[in-house]
Order: sequence, then structure tokens, then C-alpha cells
Amino acid sequence: MALKALDIFKLLPKTNCKKCGCPTCLAFAMKLAQKQASLDQCPDVSEASKVELAGASAPPIRLVTIGTGPNKLEIGNETVMFRHEESFYHPAGIGVLVSDTLEGDALKVKLEKIRKIRFTRVGIEMHATVVGVVNTSGTAEPFAKAVQAVAALDIPMVLMSTQAAHLDKVLASCADKKPLIHAATAATLDAFIVLAKTHNCPLAVTAPDLEALVPLCEKARAAGLQDLVLDVTSGTVAGTLQTLTAVRRLALKKNMRVLGYPCLVTNRTVDPMVAVAECSMLVAKYAGIVLADLDQPEQLMPVLTVNQNLYTDPRKPIQVEAKLNAIGAVTPESPLLITTNFSLTYYTVAGEVEASRVPAYIGVLDTEGTSVLTAFSSDKLTSEKIAAFINSDEVKSKVSHRKVIIPGYIAVMSGGLKDDSGWTVLVGPREASGISKFLKTTWANA
Amino acid sequence: MSIMDDARDKWTGTINELTIGATRADGGTRTSVVTIGGAAALPFMNFEGPTPRAPVVAMEIWDREPDDWAQPLVDVFGAVLKSPADWAKKCVEEFGADMLCLRLAGTHPDFGDASPTQAAEVVKSVLKAVGVPLIIWGSDHDEKDNEVLPRCSQAAAGERCLIGAVKEDNYKTLVASCLADGHTIIGLSPIDINIAKQINILVSEMGLPLNRIVMYPTTGALGYGLEYSQSIQERGRLAALGGDKIMSLPIICMVGQEAWRTKEARASLQEAPAWGDEATRGIYWEVATASSLLQAGSDILVMRHPAAVAAVKKTINELMVK
Repeated sequence: MALKALDIFKLLPKTNCKKCGCPTCLAFAMKLAQKQASLDQCPDVSEASKVELAGASAPPIRLVTIGTGPNKLEIGNETVMFRHEESFYHPAGIGVLVSDTLEGDALKVKLEKIRKIRFTRVGIEMHATVVGVVNTSGTAEPFAKAVQAVAALDIPMVLMSTQAAHLDKVLASCADKKPLIHAATAATLDAFIVLAKTHNCPLAVTAPDLEALVPLCEKARAAGLQDLVLDVTSGTVAGTLQTLTAVRRLALKKNMRVLGYPCLVTNRTVDPMVAVAECSMLVAKYAGIVLADLDQPEQLMPVLTVNQNLYTDPRKPIQVEAKLNAIGAVTPESPLLITTNFSLTYYTVAGEVEASRVPAYIGVLDTEGTSVLTAFSSDKLTSEKIAAFINSDEVKSKVSHRKVIIPGYIAVMSGGLKDDSGWTVLVGPREASGISKFLKTTWANA
Repeated sequence: MSIMDDARDKWTGTINELTIGATRADGGTRTSVVTIGGAAALPFMNFEGPTPRAPVVAMEIWDREPDDWAQPLVDVFGAVLKSPADWAKKCVEEFGADMLCLRLAGTHPDFGDASPTQAAEVVKSVLKAVGVPLIIWGSDHDEKDNEVLPRCSQAAAGERCLIGAVKEDNYKTLVASCLADGHTIIGLSPIDINIAKQINILVSEMGLPLNRIVMYPTTGALGYGLEYSQSIQERGRLAALGGDKIMSLPIICMVGQEAWRTKEARASLQEAPAWGDEATRGIYWEVATASSLLQAGSDILVMRHPAAVAAVKKTINELMVK
């Protein structure tokens, strides 16, 4: 949380010199607190105050980068508890745990599975965005081999071992890939701090509870480490979810810098259906990284989609592609309905058309993601635009008739559209819920 | 003071408690009842306040055989899809359902047009077949629902069913029935808090108190508007916990209906070779939709596939651990 005006005021020269353009230093402090002024406007502020104010304006949850290049994973820098308050910004890293006890072909098969989980949603390619390599064997050599094999996937890695020596060996060859070192405990913190500093990699710290975690973070910070990740995995998913909420709240609302880092959770639930449920909840409630044993597309796809859904910016409407969509077993005689590319509008219309079980075409117009009425009133859904669309080759190649159904809310357009396009214009219902009835009665008789 | 104490938010509101089902002692014939609500903190955040009542999963059954359900659902239920009473029995006896949601899809004029009398017979047959409490849901056709639901309400008089759904512009008939027959009611408000409040006020002004209303803010499936549902439920729950009594009502989510109409749940392996096993893909989709919504504050989840129901119930039990 940013400093309050009075806290800032204490750091200013208090000379009321007006050189900043404000009548008093307090007025300037209030502008600074609202981020309407910049500290540079004060020529007399001390260096010490500058440092303190800069520290206070740092984000309450640090942005931590794992990996390098185009596939790097950036987590943290979140600013709210609920997405409707603003937005969530950095989607969680979601990935698979790979044990170093897998050897030869078994390891190859596992990595091939991870590589193959790739699909596209609303134009975005989705896949595992992080991999956890686990030193289950407890020995150095298999760990090094597994890390080497996983590195070829070009997905950011979490190197998971209790042994600093094993990690040191591995990091000698892969530190340039900036893996996350996992995880320092009270017993191993000193050695892990040395590791993170030597190899210049982010460090995960873990403890049984927050009381025990805070001193570890304090020590790591005092040693000069900035890129920390908090492993808050507890014995129960209920406990983990509560800790995740507490960490987010303390960082955002209590300005507790020592916990101002993204969180990591490992999920080892054996029943994959329960694991998918748990991982979905962890993503919904503040985990920055979720690592699980889920390695099948049907298991990882829903978790990745929860991540994508909840991290979409609620202030920017999501759009679907503007094109001619077919619902059901369409023929050239099937009805053609017009709607906008605001995803919610489109999916509502598509859902009702599907439910009616009348095969139909839905012509999606690019209205910059606005709903029918908004698009109409802002000239983004015009008669000319619809006319151009229904007379396009895309439509002509699939639809043989010349009867177009427009949303009831833009009924006023029907005359103009008839003139512009030469098509017969049918005015559909105002609400999507009337589509089924419309298709079965009005359309059937048209 | 511990760090967790420091992280605690203070809430002044509590979600209304509401019981569905009436045993013989209360004038019905149910052998079990379900009580929801009572939360005085964000879901499952025991460190700051209780979630005294676990969210409940209701299994969805229909009055007629669905002809467009995805194959994994058809496979798991088999022949009972033809008989609402047998379907109900299988859900309770084999799959351990705590509550059922009977959808009167076959009364819709376009999909069977079953008469109010026929619908009431189905309701009676289900109540006779099983002892769990019942949600009765119309066909989402306003005029027909106004004929069908009062008859069903009457047929189930005294059983304290949850009946829905009423809308801002169509509520009087059903509210009067629920009042007369001792039921509770669902108010539909498509992702809009102001409409939800409006309905709650309209219904309560007719004499059905707020503690007999459940809100249905509509449900977006994973990948198809889940984030809207998540946010509208979170906003509503925050308002309620902040002391807004008009919003302090439990929420019902139609998870199964929405999750199973997605492409991800329905596409065959040939259609979507990269999406994995077609037999379980829809189940995972239903599970992920449900569990995400649990975190936003959901009191009743209406679901379809028994395996998804089992996984979500197990998850709820884990969340309720103190």
C-alpha cells in the first residue's frame, strides 16, 4: 500500500517554498499520495527522503521472473484481492512435477507428454508454463540428468531439492536459464542464500507457517536477495488457501513488505479429479505457481483455462473473432443471425441457437467488443457494416438465401439495411432468450 | 497477536440460513433435509470466521429423457434416463446425492409440451421414490412455467422444495404458490446485482421473506464466462458480508448444465485430438467450473456427472476441515 499524504509530508522540507507549484508542502504531499505529482518537482528534497519514498512506491508484491527469453514466467505484482476491484495481472505459472527417479524412456515419455499439452483458446496458445524437477532420488547425478533433459523443453524450471550441494552442481550448468531454486528452510537458509547469490537466480523459501516464514524472508532480504517466492503449501488444501489469502492481504493491506512476494504451491493429491478441483481453487485464490502431477491434456486444460479466465482484465471486454460461425448441421438454407463480437453477447446468442436445435449461422460483426445496444449507439454496428458483411464472399459462399435476422434492439435499422443490402430484414427478439421461439415460428414461416 | 490474526478482515454481515426439505415432523415426507448459508466470512477462511454450512451438490434429473446430453452422461446413467423416478433413485442410492434438482424440460412447448398435470405426476413420483429434498425447476418458458409450477408446488405441498426460477417481470404466480404450499424460491438475475436486489425486494414484499429466497445470478462455464460469474458472486458476497441484508442470500449455480454444453466437454477425440480423453474431459471441465465457483461463494451447485459430483463433494469436505 502506498504511503499516506501525512507520511510523505514528514519527508518533505516543510518550507512551503511553492517551487513545486503547490501552495504548501502538505498540498504537494497530498498530490504525491494521489500520484498526481512527481517528487522531481521538489528541488529541495533530501537524498534520504528520495530513497525512502522510492521504496514506498515500489509495488507491494514484487514481480519475480523465472526463466529467460519469450517463454519466461513473470509472477507477482498483483494489486487487488478481487479481480472486479481492478484486474489480476500476471497469470499463475502452471506446471507438472517431474521426478528424477524417472530414467531413460520413462523420463522421455513424461517430457513428451508435457510437450504435447498444447491447445489454442481465444487465439492464445496454452501450455504448461513451468516445470518442477524434483530431486526425489536424493542423489546428485540423477537430478543433474533430469534437469538437463527438462531444460530442453524450454519451459521455465523450478529446481526442487533439499540439498544445496546438488543444486549447486546443477546450477553450474543451467543458472543462465534463471530457474527458481526450491526451497530454503530454516535449516538450509544460509546455504541457499549463497546459492541464489552465486548463481543469481530467484529463491523459494518455505516454512511450516507464516510465523516461521517471516524471519526466513527477513534474513534473505537482509542478505540482499530481492527475487523471492514463498512456498506456502500446507498439509491441507484448506490451510494452503487460507495462507494464500493471508499473504495477499498482509502484503496489500498491511504493507508487509517481508511477505510481498508471489506464492508457490505444490499439489500432490493422488485422485486427479480432486487434484484438478484443488489446482483450480489455488489459481483462483492467489497462487503464483501451481505444480502438480497432472500430465494429461484433459487434466491440465481446465486448470490452464481457469487461469486464463480469471486473469482476463474485467475492464476490457473479451472479443470473439468476427466471422461467420455455423451452429449445428447447417445447410445453405439455414437462418443467418447477426450479433456483435463481445464474447458474452456472442456466447449467449450461440447458446440459445444451440439450445433451439435449429441449425443456424451467426454472423459476428467487429464492434470492438461491445454489446448490441452500446455498439449501435456508438456507430460500431451500422447498416453499412452489416450490409457489407452479408454481401461478402464469406457469406455468399455459404448462405443461399437473402434473409437476415437482426437483434430486436436495432429494429430501427431494418429499413436502411434493406436499402443498403438488398436483403429481406427480419427483426429478431430483443433478448437472446427469445431466439428459440423466433427460429421455430417467425423464421419457419418466413 | 499472530500473523494470521493480523490478516483477518472484519465482517458484519451473515448469509441467511435456509433449509430445503421437510421431514414428517415438519409436515413433509423427506427423510433428510439440507441447510445452507450461515457464512460470516469469505468461503472457507476459518481463520477469520465460520463457514458453518458446507455447500451442497444437487444432482440434476429431468422429467423426460434428454436427447442432446453428452455421451459420458448417457453412458453413466443408462436406461434410468427414461424414468425420472428411477433416475432419482440411482442418484441417491448409487451416487449418494444429498439433493436433487428436477428440471421440467419436457413441459416446454417446443420440447414435449407436457401438461401441468403430467409434470405434477412426475414431481410426485420423484418425491415418492427418494427421501432427499428436491429443487423443482421449470422449462424457462414464462407462460408455461406459470401453468406448470403452481401445479407442481401444490403436488409437493409441505415438502419445502426450492422452486424456480422467478424473474423481475414474472414472479407473482410462483411466489403466491410457494407461499401457499410452504416452499422456498429461486430468483433469477443474469449477472446483475441490481436486478438481484430488485427481485429479492419484490418477492419479499409479497410476503415470502428473504430467508426463503436463493439467488441465481446465472452461471458461466469454464471458458465461457466463468470469470463473470466469479466476479458477480464475489461482489455479492462482499456486499452481504459488509452488512447488505438484501444481498445476504445463498447462491445456486447451474454448473452441470453449463459445463456440459461446452465444446471441451462434448467434442470427440477425432474432432479435438489435442484435448485428451473424451470420456473424462467433460467431467474435469465440470469439476473445475464447480471448484472455482466454490471459492467465489456458492451454496448449491447443481451438477450432472456422478464422478464430478463425487470429486467436488470430496473437495468440499477437505475445505470444511477446521
